Amino acid sequence: MKFYRSHILIGIDDSSLAAGVKEIEALLRSELQKNNLSDEINILETGTLGLFGTGVSMTVFPEQVTYVNLTAADVPEIVSEHFLKGRPVTRLALKAPLKKHYDYNYKNRIVLANSGKINPEDIKDYLAAGGYEAWEKALLIMQPGEVVDEVKASGLRGRGGAGFPTGLKWSFTAPIKAEQKLFVINADEGEPGTFKDRLIMEGDPHKLLEGIMIGSYAVGATKAYIYIRGEYKLCIHRLEIAIKDAYEYGLLGNNIFDSGFDLDIYIKIGAGAYVCGEETALIESMEGNRGNPRSKPPFPGVQGAWQLPTVVNNVETIANVPAIITNGSEWYKGYGPDGCSGTKVFTIMGDVNLPGLCEVDMGTSLRTIIDEFGGGVKEGHQFKAALVGGAAGVFLPIERLDVNMDYNSLRNYAAVLGSGAILVMDERADIVDMLYSVIRFFRHESCGKCSPCANGNEMLYKLISKIRKGKGAPEDLYNMDKVAEAMFHSSFCALGQSLVMPIRSAIEHFKADFLKRIN
Amino acid sequence: MYEEIFKKYTPEKENLIYILHEIQDTHPQQYISEEAVEWVAEYLQIEPSHIFGVLTFYTMFSTKPRGKNIIRLCESPPCFLRGSEKMLKRLAQLLKVKAGETTSDGLFTLELCACLGVCGNAPVMMINEDVYGDLTEEKLDKIIASYTGGEK
Ligand SMILES: Cc1cc2nc3c(=O)[nH]c(=O)nc-3n(C[C@H](O)[C@H](O)[C@H](O)COP(=O)(O)O)c2cc1C
Ligand code: SF4
Ligand code: FES
Repeated sequence: MKFYRSHILIGIDDSSLAAGVKEIEALLRSELQKNNLSDEINILETGTLGLFGTGVSMTVFPEQVTYVNLTAADVPEIVSEHFLKGRPVTRLALKAPLKKHYDYNYKNRIVLANSGKINPEDIKDYLAAGGYEAWEKALLIMQPGEVVDEVKASGLRGRGGAGFPTGLKWSFTAPIKAEQKLFVINADEGEPGTFKDRLIMEGDPHKLLEGIMIGSYAVGATKAYIYIRGEYKLCIHRLEIAIKDAYEYGLLGNNIFDSGFDLDIYIKIGAGAYVCGEETALIESMEGNRGNPRSKPPFPGVQGAWQLPTVVNNVETIANVPAIITNGSEWYKGYGPDGCSGTKVFTIMGDVNLPGLCEVDMGTSLRTIIDEFGGGVKEGHQFKAALVGGAAGVFLPIERLDVNMDYNSLRNYAAVLGSGAILVMDERADIVDMLYSVIRFFRHESCGKCSPCANGNEMLYKLISKIRKGKGAPEDLYNMDKVAEAMFHSSFCALGQSLVMPIRSAIEHFKADFLKRIN
Repeated sequence: MYEEIFKKYTPEKENLIYILHEIQDTHPQQYISEEAVEWVAEYLQIEPSHIFGVLTFYTMFSTKPRGKNIIRLCESPPCFLRGSEKMLKRLAQLLKVKAGETTSDGLFTLELCACLGVCGNAPVMMINEDVYGDLTEEKLDKIIASYTGGEK
C-alpha cells in the first residue's frame, strides 16, 4: 500500500457535478502530476461535503482544510502553495462562520456520518469505519425477532413521509409464513425539494445495503430490491459497485457467514413518475406496469409485489438501522423527543444563504435549521414563508418559525414533516405564484386513475391560473378549499389527498397575496 | 433487431422498463418507435397495448422522435422560486422552440420536468445525463453554445 502525505476528498454529487467538479478534478490531477506529486497526494472522490451554494469544494486531510468555490484558475495556486510548499491557501479556504457551520453539521450525524469522509466506491473504507459490524451482530448473535424488537424499541419511524413506526411494520410481515418474502427500498425520491436519499446513497451506499441486510433478516425476506428513480445515475452506479463488493466479501449471497441465511439485492429503475413513490404504485412499477396505486388492504406487508409479503421502507429509514443494532435502542432514543426518536435529514433551499442539508435531532426548531444550517435568510431580505414537507407540505408563516420539526409537534399546526424538505421564501416571493407552481406539479403528476384527483386537479389549476392572471373572484378561494377538501375525502391515494395542505395553509396565512390579485 | 439488448434480460414483464430505457437510450432520436414496441411485445410475450400504456405513463419515455440532446428543465416549486420561468424563456429564445418541441436542426428537444433532486442548486436542468445547476441567463448561453459548437 502506498503511503500518501495528504488525502484530498472531493465531494462528488449531483450538486458539485452541476458546478463543474469533474473539470476541476481533472485539472488537479494533471497539476499534481506536473509537479511530481501524484505519489504523495491522493485524490479521493467522496459523497457530498454538505455545503451547497459553495460550488466545487474539497477537504484536505490531515490538515483539515476545506476549499470552497474553486475555479480552474485556483488549482495551480493550491497545488504549488499547499501541496508543494505546505502553505494552505487561506484565501480560498472555508473561513470561521462557514467552518463552524461545517463542523457543527457533522457533529450529530447517524445516517450521513460517513458521507463526505469516506470513498463510497471502496468497501474497505466503510469497513474501516465500523461498517457491517451490525450485520454480523444481527445475523450471528440475534434472532430475527430480537432485531424486530430492538427496532421497535428504538422508536424509529418511517422517513418516507408518513412516519409509520418501522418496527411495527416489520412485525406484521415477520410472522407470515410464505415461500418468499421481499424487502423493498423506496428510493424514488420525487417530492420536490427532497434530495436526502440521493445524498445517503451517493455518500455512503454500504450503509443502505447494511440496513437492507438487517431488515431482510428481521422479516425473513431473501430477496431485496432498491427501486430508484432513473435520473439518479450516480446513485445507481455507486450502488452497483457496492452490491458487487458486498457479494465479493461474502456479505450477500447464499448461506451468509455460514448462518444458513440467503439474501440477494437487486436494483430496479423507475422512469419518471412521482406517484411511483407511493408504495403500491411502486410495486406496480416494479412488476413492469403503469404505476397506478392499488387499493389497501391488502397492505404490501401481507400481499405486495407478485402477491408476496413485501416490506417497503424509505432509504433514510433503513440507513438508521445499522446504528440502532450496533448501539442499541436506548442509545438511539437519546436523539430527538419521545415518540419521534432519532435524527432527521433536512434539505434547505430557496432564499437562504447556504442551501444544503443537515442531519439534526428530530424536534430541532425550524428557526435553528434555517439560521444555523441554511445560513439564514438571504442577505438583506426577510423571512416570509417556508414550504415544509415538499409540495405535499404546508406553507408556514413567520409566527411558526419556532415550531419543532418532528411528527407530533408539526401535527399541532396541521403540518407534516413529510420528507424533510424546507423551501424558504423571502419577502420577494409571491404565495399565489408558489401555490400555482405546487398545483401545476400535482396536476401533472396525478396518475388519472380516480376522478376526484384527476378532475379536482384540473379545477384547482383553472382556479389558481385565473387568480394569478388577476381575474379571480373572492369566492374562488373558498372554492379551491372546497375542491381540495373533497379530494382529501374521496381520492384513492395520498397524492390526491395531499393538496388540501398547501392550499389551505397558503390561503390561511397569506390571504393578502391572494386578495391583491383579486382586488 | 434488439437482440443485443434482449440478451441482457430474461423475457419477463418486470424487465420491461429496463428494456425500454435501453432501447430509447441507444436510438439516435431517443424515442421508442411502434416497431420497437412490437419487437418488445413479442420478446416478452405481452400485449403491445400494455407497452404503450407503460410508455405514456412515465415521463422519461417518448413515443415521438426527439433531438440529439434532451434538455429537461425543472419547473417544480424550488426551481420555480429561483427563476425557472425566466430560464424557460431564455431557452425558448435561444433554441426558437417551445417546451415539448425539437429544434429544426434536430439538435435539441426542450422539455419541462419535475424535481430532479438537485434543488440546492436551483434552478436546475439536465442535458442528457449531465446536470447543470445555479443557472443564470448568461450561463445558459454558454452551456447551449458548448453543445452547438460541436464540443460535445
Ligand atoms: C404520492 C406519493 C409519493 C411518495 N413518494 C415517496 C418517495 O419518494 N419516497 C419514499 O420513501 N416514500 C414515498 N411515499 C411514501 C410511501 O408510500 C411509503 O409510505 C414509504 O415508502 C414507506 O417507507 P417508510 O415507512 O420507511 O417511510 C410517497 C407517498 C405518496 C402518496
Ligand atoms: S389520488 Fe390521484 S394519484 Fe392517487 S390514484 Fe387517484 S388519480 Fe392517481
Ligand atoms: S425543484 Fe428543481 S431540482 Fe428539485
